[in-house]
Amino acid sequence: MHELSIATSIVKIAEDETLKVNASDVTKIELEIGALSGIEIDALKFVWSSAVKDSVLEKAVLEIVKIKGMAICENCNTEFELENIYDVCIKCNSNFKNITQGKGMKIKRLEVI
Amino acid sequence: MCGTCGCGTDGNGPIILKPGEHNHDHHHEHDHNHVHNHDHSHGHSHNHKQRVIEVEKDVLQNNDILAARNRGYFEAKNIFTLNLVSSPGSGKTSILEKTLADLKNEISFYVIEGDQQTLNDANRIDALNVPVVQINTGKGCHLESDMVYNAVKKLEMKNDSVLMIENVGNLVCPSMFDLGEKKRVVIISTTEGEDKPIKYPDMFYTADICIINKMDLLPYVNIDVEKLKDYALQVNPNLLFFEVSATNGDGMNEWYKWLKEEM
Repeated sequence: MHELSIATSIVKIAEDETLKVNASDVTKIELEIGALSGIEIDALKFVWSSAVKDSVLEKAVLEIVKIKGMAICENCNTEFELENIYDVCIKCNSNFKNITQGKGMKIKRLEVI
Repeated sequence: MCGTCGCGTDGNGPIILKPGEHNHDHHHEHDHNHVHNHDHSHGHSHNHKQRVIEVEKDVLQNNDILAARNRGYFEAKNIFTLNLVSSPGSGKTSILEKTLADLKNEISFYVIEGDQQTLNDANRIDALNVPVVQINTGKGCHLESDMVYNAVKKLEMKNDSVLMIENVGNLVCPSMFDLGEKKRVVIISTTEGEDKPIKYPDMFYTADICIINKMDLLPYVNIDVEKLKDYALQVNPNLLFFEVSATNGDGMNEWYKWLKEEM
């Protein structure tokens, strides 16, 4: 359960970005979390309130956009959607693939006042 | 704050110590406190209307930046760095002890030990006269690049050496945190289930090497090692395997050969 570390990193970035533009509070934060990022969204929501306490994010609305996992097969070039990191190519069953989407997690935007 | 569930408030920052050293550097928990900087309410006209900042930043960018800095330092000094990860009890420290004991006359080793508590593992390494620093993560479930950065400062490493970082025993969390290592080594033992690679795929996906330990116990445990490898290869087809017993030394020579070729 590393979601608290993740939440703490999010708070740090939000604090830095808010300070840069001389704002005092974040009213809304939009995160993009990939299906293959290793983050449990429920666990992140569970730790969120304790992580953001006394920070610029304390009153912010948390909006999470899930990004689905996509890969291109290295064997037959088929592009396919992945639910798990170990899913094989839907056409040729190869394990060799390049994951093209869904590994990352980023702070997309902040709305600040 | 507790790195696991968020309970409590203070005193859970990482503690970095050499064997025999006392804890005088426990001031890390106040380094990142930005909560008192935002006092804008003194009458000058700040713009209080809503604005949007397009941040577009990776959540782990701070960890990744410091990991890159560690990596640059290791490369400049030609220090071959391994990040050893596994569940608790798979034999990370035993493999490390055996490797150090057998190769320390040929290779200059340094070790960073990561555990939630105690100097026990560092003391085991120290007994072999290999320089070691222990990181106690408190309630934290993994090492992060800033902890390694601070531990490395204490090691004062020579050029052309090998740094072994033994991560906290945990097959989930350490997978997301780059420490600046050259290769990541996942260790699994024959007493664990053969389907562990697909139960905990992130760790196997991010590893370069998979050491299967406790091969001497095969007659007593119900595990199909080939099936374990198939599962691991399904997650990561580029994994390289070593089958060893840290207890009786079987298979260790292949691992040593790889280590000498890579460094």
